Amino acid sequence: MLVVFLLVRAHFVPKSFGQYGHYRGDALAELASKPILFAGHQSCEDCHADVLEVKKTGKHAGVNCEACHGALAAHAADPASVVPQLPDTAVLCARCHEENIGKPKAFPQVVSKDHSGGALCKNCHVPHSPLLQPGDKKS
Amino acid sequence: MLVLLPAAAIAWKYVVAGTPEIAPNYSISQHWWGMLLDIDKCIGCGNCVRACATENNVPEGYFRTWVERYHIEDYHQETPQVDSPNGGKNGFPQSTAVGGKNFFVPKMCNHCAASPCTQVCPVGATFESPDGVVLVDGTYCVGCRYCIQACPYGCRFLHPTKHTAEKCTLCYHRITKGLTTACCESCPTGARQLADLKNPADPIHEFLKTHSVQVLKPYMATGAKAYYHDLDGSVR
Repeated sequence: MLVVFLLVRAHFVPKSFGQYGHYRGDALAELASKPILFAGHQSCEDCHADVLEVKKTGKHAGVNCEACHGALAAHAADPASVVPQLPDTAVLCARCHEENIGKPKAFPQVVSKDHSGGALCKNCHVPHSPLLQPGDKKS
Repeated sequence: MLVLLPAAAIAWKYVVAGTPEIAPNYSISQHWWGMLLDIDKCIGCGNCVRACATENNVPEGYFRTWVERYHIEDYHQETPQVDSPNGGKNGFPQSTAVGGKNFFVPKMCNHCAASPCTQVCPVGATFESPDGVVLVDGTYCVGCRYCIQACPYGCRFLHPTKHTAEKCTLCYHRITKGLTTACCESCPTGARQLADLKNPADPIHEFLKTHSVQVLKPYMATGAKAYYHDLDGSVR
């Protein structure tokens, strides 16, 4: 009886069960092996040092590339074939900077209708470095 | 005698155990993951929700992370008005509320060190990994929903087509490769910070020393590792 039990148990219980605890140890490696879609800012900065140079002095210095440009691991893996589309600044900028009662008071917010009358943000602001400089027409 | 907090005691157990590696250059026993969420910095843009959905192929209408907007009228601390249209995925429309206290709260799995969800799983499909992440083994999950009921933070759902429990994995496939989570990567204000509580060089330690932080529902003693800075007492 004991032999039958042990044989059945050996057949049904995965080998890695109990490796780390009361679960299948191989599940960790399986979960860790999923593909990555966001490349991470280090990947972007390896090739786009020029943009990093512009960004680092502006208000968006701490904003990672994929926060605005979206998931680009495919582009990082094959830059020639996968060309990312430029984001629509009318939508993109408003997500962060449209006035909202829940946002911290110190965060820069505008009512875009009053602020620009419907004009695109990028007509006046450089998205990578929107720091307002005295005398700058486009900042 | 060494007396440790629940989370630290469990971490210490794994330190002593010295569990083997699961991926090249990643030592599972050298990490103890958590998350810092800074209410002061959250602007409700929904970047984290969209990034999570993209990175983890989260089905439409379900959320591994979401953002809530709180509005608290004067003298109504115990009855906040909370909205989260589509989980905050597309941001928030301007509110008609006037005055009071208003703020956004990003929500996600708290990766509890003593998680109720893992305690109720009858088949060992959900578990706390040695590096402090609460995960689901989809091939073992029978879809009984016990864990969904047990989670005090409402962070789990049953996948509509796989019929297995789903939740935030803290982007386990990313953090084991030295990357941060998709939500942290896409947060424009740094309101979310991945924290390795076992790494002495991680900025989380300096932050925890110099700021007041709170976890959600501390009275439930779940050992939650989602640390909120500037959390209002009305948040549930």
